[in-house]
Amino acid sequence: MTLSAPTILAIIGMAIVTYATRIGGLFFADKLQFKGKAKAAFDEIPAAVLVSVIAPAVLTTGPAETIAALITILAARRLPLIAVVIVGVVAVVILRLFMS
Amino acid sequence: MSATVCAGAAQFAAIEIWGQPVPVVAIVLSTLLVNLRNLLMSASLAPKTAAFATLQRLLGFYVLSDENWALSERRVREKPLTPAYFLTMGGVLYTNWVFWTTLGAFAGAFLGDPRRLGADFAFTALFIGLIAGFWRGRSTASAVAASAIASAIAFVTLGAPWHVLIGTLAGIAAVYVAAPEEAP
Repeated sequence: MTLSAPTILAIIGMAIVTYATRIGGLFFADKLQFKGKAKAAFDEIPAAVLVSVIAPAVLTTGPAETIAALITILAARRLPLIAVVIVGVVAVVILRLFMS
Repeated sequence: MSATVCAGAAQFAAIEIWGQPVPVVAIVLSTLLVNLRNLLMSASLAPKTAAFATLQRLLGFYVLSDENWALSERRVREKPLTPAYFLTMGGVLYTNWVFWTTLGAFAGAFLGDPRRLGADFAFTALFIGLIAGFWRGRSTASAVAASAIASAIAFVTLGAPWHVLIGTLAGIAAVYVAAPEEAP
């Protein structure tokens, strides 16, 4: 990546739209109060976003990643966050040795 | 790029489509799509940071990301969110991101394929751990199932970055349909 004008333009553009999404919710939420079904849906936004980001890595990469994810889910039921990450990484390295 | 944008998933997506000449519009649009979820995250944090000064909010939300947003949401289950907690976390996150991505840019060539070390999977494992922290029973289960299926299908058929938006909307819709009429 060379530091040309389009490169700088793209990075500035990325920075502007990103900051807009980050503070946009502050103004948008002040005007909206959720109740009932809408509140239930709003409360699950976190889980929905997180799952959507990783779903392709877990479900469409290969059997090693899918099985490692299942092992990680089991670990997440009782271990602290940092241990969950270590279990997941070790599992995927070992599984890839046998499956690729 | 890391210093001004500071958004991992969007930066990875941008690098994927980076080329010569630089497709500026496509890069900015893909960044907007990947980061649309920030809108939902800052909206969910808005009532929890209502006591913050305006400057504290504008500064703290500059580095709002999946990780510090998730930790903030977990924190408010136990005690109110303070500016000190939120801004310190944001500062650590920002410093780390800029430092390690700069190091990566210089050292990347020597490390070889990060897949060999399983480093690419650390992100996935971290997210699984974070989702477990959000677990509320049935409504979370329906969000996770719907989002996972919709996101995987969207990824295979339409490609990145559409899977994030489509998966999220599917999860929200599923919870809305499954939820009882009365507020819990």
